Amino acid sequence: MKINFLVIAIVSLFAIMLITPAYAAEPSQRASTEKDPNRFNRLLPPKEKRTPALKDDGIHDPKNRGISILQQPRVAFQPLVSGKGGNYVDWVKSLDDKKIHPIFSLSDKTDTPMLLDLDIVREVKGSMPDVVYPHKQHTEWLDCSNCHPAIFIPQKGANQISMTDIILGEKCGVCHGKVAFPITECRRCHSKPKISQPTPKEKSGQ
Amino acid sequence: MNVCKKPRHKSAYEWVVVIWLLLVFSVTPFAHAEYGDIVINNFSDAAGMRPPIFPHWFHRIRFRCKVCHVDLGFEFKAGGNKINMAKIIGGEFCGACHNGEAAWSVENCDLCHSAQFGTPTQVHKNTLQTLIAPIGARK
Repeated sequence: MKINFLVIAIVSLFAIMLITPAYAAEPSQRASTEKDPNRFNRLLPPKEKRTPALKDDGIHDPKNRGISILQQPRVAFQPLVSGKGGNYVDWVKSLDDKKIHPIFSLSDKTDTPMLLDLDIVREVKGSMPDVVYPHKQHTEWLDCSNCHPAIFIPQKGANQISMTDIILGEKCGVCHGKVAFPITECRRCHSKPKISQPTPKEKSGQ
Repeated sequence: MNVCKKPRHKSAYEWVVVIWLLLVFSVTPFAHAEYGDIVINNFSDAAGMRPPIFPHWFHRIRFRCKVCHVDLGFEFKAGGNKINMAKIIGGEFCGACHNGEAAWSVENCDLCHSAQFGTPTQVHKNTLQTLIAPIGARK
């Protein structure tokens, strides 16, 4: 018996020693969840904790001295158009409104993307509105070769896409759900009501 | 320890497991760095360096995706390029800009190598991490 408790004591002590630096890094977050166990959206980071300082974000090492030189995301996002989900920045609008000026080529800073204004409508099987894929917003950021032909075969009807693929990081999920707006923004893609389906506005008689 | 006085319905090893689980689970859910932050830990931990963090948000303010993902050859996959310092110093990948001219140079180790030791390679806050289970979160 005594040996067992010795084992517990030693392993626990070891565990505490390992975990303590991580605790020290995140005192504020810990405090907020301990305060009210029954708060709304218990599993989501509270609004005021969005876009935390780098030292509190859980992956940066607060003991790293370089951290004081890096830009804080909150500072960078301040002049941008705010949005839902992801970085809480609407990157497409920020670019349209010229709040950011990302360059298109390292060798020629005046180079501009060749835009393709072509919407692809994808009829979906379920009850969700159909998907409208705008080439325009995508060609603002990307080159054709980023998607074609490796991710999407450039041919009508040649690509089977499902939400499972996207959640697993395939197809649209190569970017959406990682860097581009997350898949919780359903209506930004599923935006074209089916012909038989009244829009929410029509439904309410407006 | 109070444990001694309790009825003995858990073995010592079960207690050890319980303590570990409590400690581990009380820490993991709190990483909420920016959406799209990339941690690359192909070689860093083994080399005794903090793993580098690539902030997408910072770079997309300045560059279109195409600059890195076509011209510089970055894969659409965290850790997919097996980048090492020799390649960067040779002007490939990060080294195309981080050369002391377009952006600060490689001797500023701590600016990239800034993650906590042991942080696995990940796209932070990706769908799988946030919706299904915290895979890729700090262990």
